[in-house]
This record gives sequence, C-alpha cells and structure tokens, in this order.
Amino acid sequence: MSARNKTYSPARSGFVLCLMSLAALGLLWRAVDLQLIDKTFLQRQGDARFLRVVSSPAHRGRILDRHGESLAVSTPVDSIWVCPPTFVTERHRWGLLEPLLGLDEAALERLILDRMDREFLYLKRHVAPGLADRIAELSLRGLHRQREYRRYYPSGEVAAHVVGFTNVDDVGQEGLELGFDDRLRGVQGSKRVIRDRLGRTVEDVERISAPRSGRDLVVTIDRRIQYVAHRALKSAVKRHRAKSGSIVVLDSRSGDVLAMANDPAYNPNNGAERTGERFRNRAVTDVFEPGSTVKPFIVAAALETGWVVPETRLDTRPGLFRVGKYTVRDLRNYGVIDIRSVLKKSSNVGASKLGLSMPPGRLWRLLSGLGFGNATDIHFPGEARGMLPSYHDWGEIHQATLSFGYGLSVTPLQLARAYTAIATGGWLHSPTLVQTRERVPARRIMSERTALAVRNMLEAVVARDGTAPKAHVPGYRVAGKTGTVRKPIPGGYADDRYVAAFVGIIPASAPRLVAVITIDEPRGKEYYGGDVAAPVFTEVMSSTLPLLGVAPDEPTLLAKRIDLSEDPAVLTGAPSRRPEPGFVEAAWQPGDFNRGPEQWNLAP
Amino acid sequence: MAKSSNAQRMHLDVPLLLGLGLLSGAGLVVLYSAGGQDTALLMRQGFRLLVAFGIMVVFAQIAPRHFFHWTPWLYAGGIGLLLAVLLVGDIGKGAQRWLRLGSFNFQPSEMLKVLVPMMVAYFLAERPLPPSTGRIITAAVLIIVPTLLIAQQPDLGTALLIASSGGFVLFLSGMRWWLISAVVVAVASCAPLVWFYMHEYQRLRVLTFLDPGKDPLGSGYHIIQSKIAIGSGGLHGKGWLNGTQSQLDFLPERSTDFVFAVFGEEFGLLGIACLLAAYLFVVTRGLYLAMNTQDVFGKLLGGSLVLTFFVYAFINIGMVSGLLPVVGLPLPLISYGGTSLVTVMASFGILMSLHSHRRLLSH
Repeated sequence: MSARNKTYSPARSGFVLCLMSLAALGLLWRAVDLQLIDKTFLQRQGDARFLRVVSSPAHRGRILDRHGESLAVSTPVDSIWVCPPTFVTERHRWGLLEPLLGLDEAALERLILDRMDREFLYLKRHVAPGLADRIAELSLRGLHRQREYRRYYPSGEVAAHVVGFTNVDDVGQEGLELGFDDRLRGVQGSKRVIRDRLGRTVEDVERISAPRSGRDLVVTIDRRIQYVAHRALKSAVKRHRAKSGSIVVLDSRSGDVLAMANDPAYNPNNGAERTGERFRNRAVTDVFEPGSTVKPFIVAAALETGWVVPETRLDTRPGLFRVGKYTVRDLRNYGVIDIRSVLKKSSNVGASKLGLSMPPGRLWRLLSGLGFGNATDIHFPGEARGMLPSYHDWGEIHQATLSFGYGLSVTPLQLARAYTAIATGGWLHSPTLVQTRERVPARRIMSERTALAVRNMLEAVVARDGTAPKAHVPGYRVAGKTGTVRKPIPGGYADDRYVAAFVGIIPASAPRLVAVITIDEPRGKEYYGGDVAAPVFTEVMSSTLPLLGVAPDEPTLLAKRIDLSEDPAVLTGAPSRRPEPGFVEAAWQPGDFNRGPEQWNLAP
Repeated sequence: MAKSSNAQRMHLDVPLLLGLGLLSGAGLVVLYSAGGQDTALLMRQGFRLLVAFGIMVVFAQIAPRHFFHWTPWLYAGGIGLLLAVLLVGDIGKGAQRWLRLGSFNFQPSEMLKVLVPMMVAYFLAERPLPPSTGRIITAAVLIIVPTLLIAQQPDLGTALLIASSGGFVLFLSGMRWWLISAVVVAVASCAPLVWFYMHEYQRLRVLTFLDPGKDPLGSGYHIIQSKIAIGSGGLHGKGWLNGTQSQLDFLPERSTDFVFAVFGEEFGLLGIACLLAAYLFVVTRGLYLAMNTQDVFGKLLGGSLVLTFFVYAFINIGMVSGLLPVVGLPLPLISYGGTSLVTVMASFGILMSLHSHRRLLSH
C-alpha cells in the first residue's frame, strides 16, 4: 500500500471534513443560541450595564429680605466620590490627588482600604467646580464627581439666627431654612443616560422628570435694619460683658419683623462655628420674666375698667407693701403718685396695688389677649410659647407679682407683639417673618383711648427724670418702658443676676416701630434696663428712622411734657390687702383676692 | 489567464489569497470599531498585515525541499530558544514568553507552531506510512517536549495548539483508529492529573467556564460581558461602531482576544455566519491544496497547518462565546497583534510553496 493511498484516504479526509463542519456548526449554533434565543435577556443585561437613571440636582430657593437682597443663595459645587474597589486599582496614581485635595496617600489608604466593601464613598464634599475639573482631568478609574449646591449666606452672622443654615446635604437644620425646608427645597429631576464602564456619562437618552428648583422665600427682614440692630446689640453685649442679648424690631403697623438679632451669633458659612447654643434664635426660643415691661399692660387693664384715670393717685408709701408673707418693694419711697408716675418711676408697689384692684379674670383676659402664653404666628422652629398661668390658679401674691412682671414668662418677640397694641391704638398685630398673601388680621385688644393714654404715659419714661432717659432719640418722641428683672434661681431669685430689658415705641406721635431689647446678665456696674438696653434702642433707631424716611416729630428737645404737681384723685390706701372702696367697682367681690393657695411659687 | 499564470509563477494560490484578504479586511474593519476609532492603531495593524503578507509571499517562493532539509536544524534551534526563554526571557503579564533581541521582542513559542508539525512530518515521511507504533512514540516525544516547555512558561493555549498541530500530523499519517481511540482515552483519563499541574489562574478559568455567574465582577467578568455583547447583537447586529458593550468600554480585551464579541455585537448572527463561512472557505481551500501536494511531507505538513489554523479560530470563537474555557488565544487574522499574524501567514506561505512546487518536483 503506497503512502499516497494511505494518507488522505477518502474515509479519513471525509472524517476531517465532517469534524470541521460539526465544529463550525457548533459555533454557529452557539451564536444562534446567544443571538436569537437568549437575545432578549442578554440585551436587557447589556442595557442594564450602560443605561442608568441618574438624578439631576435642583437648587434650593433663595431667601431674600423685603427689598430682594439675598440672605441665602445656592451656588453650584461638585462633590468628589469614589467606588473603592475600582479606585484601588489606581493606587499608584493616588499621589496626584494630594496637591488638589490635600489628602496624602497614607490618608487615602486609611480611608479607602477600610471601606473596600462599599461602592460609594465621598472623598470630598463641596469643592469648587474649577478644582473638580482638574481632579476629573486626572481620569482616575473609580473616581467620580457629582453636582451639588452649597448654601452661601451673604450677610453672615448678621441674619444667622433668622435664616438658619442647611447641612452638607442641603437640608435645613435651623431657622427659616428648617422651618420652610419644604418650600425652599428643590425637587431632584431624573434622566436616563448612557454611561460607560468608568461611569462617565456618554449621552443623555431621555429626561424622566425635570428638576424643579426650590421656591424663593421673601422675608420681612430689612437687611439694613438687621445690620444696624445686630451691630448695636453685639457691642452692648460686649460692653456689659453680658451672657447674651436679643433684639426684635417690628413694624407696628403691620407686625412685620424688620430685624431680629441675637448675640452670641455665628457665621453660618463656617461649619466649625455652628456649635452649641449659638444657634438659638433667642428672641423666639428663649423666655424670660418680663418684669417692669409688663406694667403698662396692668395700667391699660386698669384704665379699661374705667375705675381709674391716668391722674388717679396711688399711695406707695413707705416704698414697700406686704402681701401675705411676702413684701413688694420699690427702690425707694415714691410717696403718693399718680398712675403716670407708677410707670415713669416703675413702682412695683403702685403696679401691685393697681393689679390687685382688678378681678383676676379681667387682668388675665387682657394679658392673654396680648398673646402672653400663646405662640406667635411666625412659625419659627423651636418657638417658645411662654407661660401665663390661668387666673384660677392665682393667689393674691401672684396677682401682685404678675403686676410687675414676675410669675409669667415671655419671649422678646411676644413682648414686642404685645406692645404693638399700645403703638397702634389698641390693635394687636401678629408678627410676620415671611411675606405671604394671608396675614393674620389685627385684633382689637383695648380701646384706642386706653392705648393712647398708656403711650402718652410711656413717653414720660424716656424723659430726663424717667427710668430710661438714655433711650432718647434726637428728633423723635419715644415711648418706652424699662425692665430690670431678677433671674430666677432654684429656690428664689438671684440678687446679682438680671435681665436688662427695654421696649420702645417710636415715633411716639405716630408710631412706626416697636423694638424689644433684652440683655441677659450684664456683668458690669450697670445692669438697669434703662442703662444697658435703652442705649441700644437709641443707636438702632437713630439710623433706622432716617433710613425708613420717618419724619422727626419732636418739636423741641427740652419740652417738658409731664406735670406731676397736683392731681385731685389721691389714693391714700394703707398697705392693706385691698384698695380703698370707691376706687373699686361694686361688682367686684373682695373674696376674689383670697382664692388660690400658695402653690404657685415665684420661681418658674 | 495572464494573471493566473503570474500568480502561479509567484507560487501563490488566488482563491486562498482572496479568502485571507477577506478575513484580514474584515479584521481591520472590526478593529477600527473595537479600538475606539483609533486611526493610529489601524495603521499599525495594516502595516503588520503588509509585513505578514510579505513573509507569506517570501515563504511561498522557498522550495519544499529546502524546508524539508532545514527542518531538524530549525526544530533543534526552536527547542534551544524555548530553553533560553525559560532561563533569560522577559516576564510580561505573569508569564515568561518573550525573548528580547535588541529592540525587537519575539516569542519563540510562535515559531514552534510551525516547527513542530514540520518536524513530525519530516520524521514520519522518512519511512512508509502508516507509521509503526515505535515511530509514533518517537513522534509523540518530538511533540511533547516543546509542548511541556511552552506549558511551563506558562502558555497553555499555545501549548495546546502545538500539541494538536503535531497530533494532526500523526492523525493524517494514517495512525490506526484503535490507537487514536487509545490516545484519546489516555488523554481524557490524564485530565484530572493536569488539574494538579495547572496554575491557580488556569484552574480559575476552568471553574469560571463552568459557572461564570459565580464571580461576575471578577473572573467571570470577561466571559459574561462578551456573551452579553454577542447576544445583544441579535440577528442583524447593532451596526458598525454602534456596539454598546464594546464602544462603552465594558468589554475587556476587545481589540485582541475578545474581538469576536465586538464583531458579534455589531454585525449580528448574519455577520457571524459570514465570518464562519469565510474561515471554512479558507480551511477547505487549504485542505484541497494540501491534498494536492505531491509528497508525503507536504501532505502531512500542509494538512496539519490548515487544521491547526481551523482549531485556532475554533478555540477563540468557542472561548469568546462561552463554549470553551478562556485560553489566551487571539482570533487569527482579525485580532490586533503581530506575532500570531506572522505565524499564520508564514504557515500559509509554506502551504502555497508545498502546493505550487509540485510540478517542479515532478519534472
């Protein structure tokens, strides 16, 4: 058998061809299997690898002051994140990030190698877009950027407490940012994109929902007044080495909050400063006993009864007044004075006697109507309601102490609201912080006559011989009231810790503004409201009124408007429990005073 | 007929040349897409193709008797180079395959793809066929020595290819069927033994082949991505330059070993059928040429080279479509890279020489 015949025998070559054809058919069958039978599944798998639904960020609404000046704006920034299992393959190039992100390789190693099981890890939040561009140019595998918005507060600490701030995820944490988060927050959109294996977006395919940016919030704050108020308060707190302070300036005709500042403040742009109790918008969240600043309302209540007139005289001798086992004291013996002077001198004895002369229900109704014990309508997060105990629980001593401002607590904002009634001739205006269509309508709380009378009396407080001559604003008539309130401590009241307060209404002839200033625990020689808080009022108002274009209303600076000399109605009552008959309306039952045990301590 | 006679004078076979040109052209088209439309990459591959075709033409001019006489020396030199690689070779991607000659990197194992069948054919052609059992054993040693040396580098794909190219010579030499069956059974029973000698990554490849879903982001990633690419091509394909898996960088090694997946994704089932047909055409034409060589050496060598080419393509396509475990073999004539291209074209050059010189021999 020749070699030729043996090799390539028909059988063998046929076998080879068969085998090859079978192999080729096998491959073809495999292709059919993948491309026709499994096609749908594999195509979906393929799509799942490059089609991604991504969210498109929406920026937060701005917060603007009443004139459209920005108090909070959002600026675009980028955040850098990595997918650790992929990013680790670029380990030899990690050093490139050091000059850009300030993260050296050792730090990166600690950060990444401990988190290899995660697929998402922020490397750095909120870097400037330019820097992010340079980082992206390194095209490190597993490193991505994400568009975000960072909040920026152009007015810094000046409006910090009102505006609040957001956290790194753009969610409101404090202030209006928190209270109106739903409205300010944008709605992220989503879109389908084609991404390659490195997560780079290659093409936008379709938009599923458009991002909707948050709505702007216009507040009633006037940035200029806010600035002046902040500056004056800050320097007063510093000068008197006080623990804290608050100021609220209301437009008395509308209730708009024009300024609201506190000290200590913080810079909301600096995360590190956002610590501890600096956050609190004390003007809204902190309560204090209003002390003498409540006396005008006692006088108003008494005037409303019709039993007294401003000229009615009260005997405050000998400067103290026993109620049960307690003694109400004045600074000194003011003798027999009229109601006008009770306010001017801030006589506790006089105020107590006036307060006790009324049925508790009447007094309570007025104080409650003025909003004490009720939250305001500004919807500020963390707002305190204050406390006004029900008159059913009042004992005689409580009615007496309430009359000079102890045994109830208010926020500075509540106090300012109450004073709008005196400023506007009896109408209580609800404070407004955010400009909205619907305003809470003003409510009549007292007669115009009473309000005018009290306002007139309060002008005397700022006179040279009143308690607050330092609240005098050149060119303008001021009505005001001081308060120097002892701070409660466990078991009683402190002898050396005060809240110095001043409430002012200006211009007194046609009021535009009401301001409340409280300085907590001044530690200098001075601690009277008239010495510590009143000058802040002067400083703020001397720049604010010209700013608002309010015409001066003081004809002569030296005008003496108060005449104390003679007044027919002298109240000569001894320091007894009850005022004299004749002063008191017949309908009133003496027993009303004695209701209620001593369950009600002076300490809150 | 002037052209045909020109080709004959040049010792070239026109149908085979056309088939090879078709495959190479298709390769350039796919590479443009797989390589991210990189013209520079395309130019480099085009240049390599030119060089490889040049080598083919040169080899076609060399008379078969020269090949025949040089075979033992070339084979011995090839073994020597393999030893040199193991001793002083460069390490790339975890394997010692390269020998550096100046600035020229060179893989001796590629040469052995041609030299082993040459040597076996040389050895068997000395005596009448079919070979005796003793000669078969000697031939087996001639095959196993370089195979083991290459497996040692380690380069399992090439080792397998070389073993099979030698085996094809034995098969074509008319080895008895019972002996063939015995060898197949013996190899199959040795398979578990092979497992112990395999490297960790090779075992992983086999395990991954059996269950690619076990580690979809690690060892299974290649094969899952390539199956997805092929499958999502469907009947008509996504169109040239439109393959998402490949264009978006999901498919690894997409211009080299996994280029078939790009082809499948962009040209679909119809494209694959055409490609397989082109390969089959080249192989059948090659076998026809081999059958029509005049001496035993030519028939054995030519047949083995063509069959090896087919196995080469079969293993690559099988691996990329998930029919076979991953072994690092490129798709001949299509994948980016020069080394295997030169070898393949050189073997077709030898085939053309074997076929076209028959008349000269018969004279």
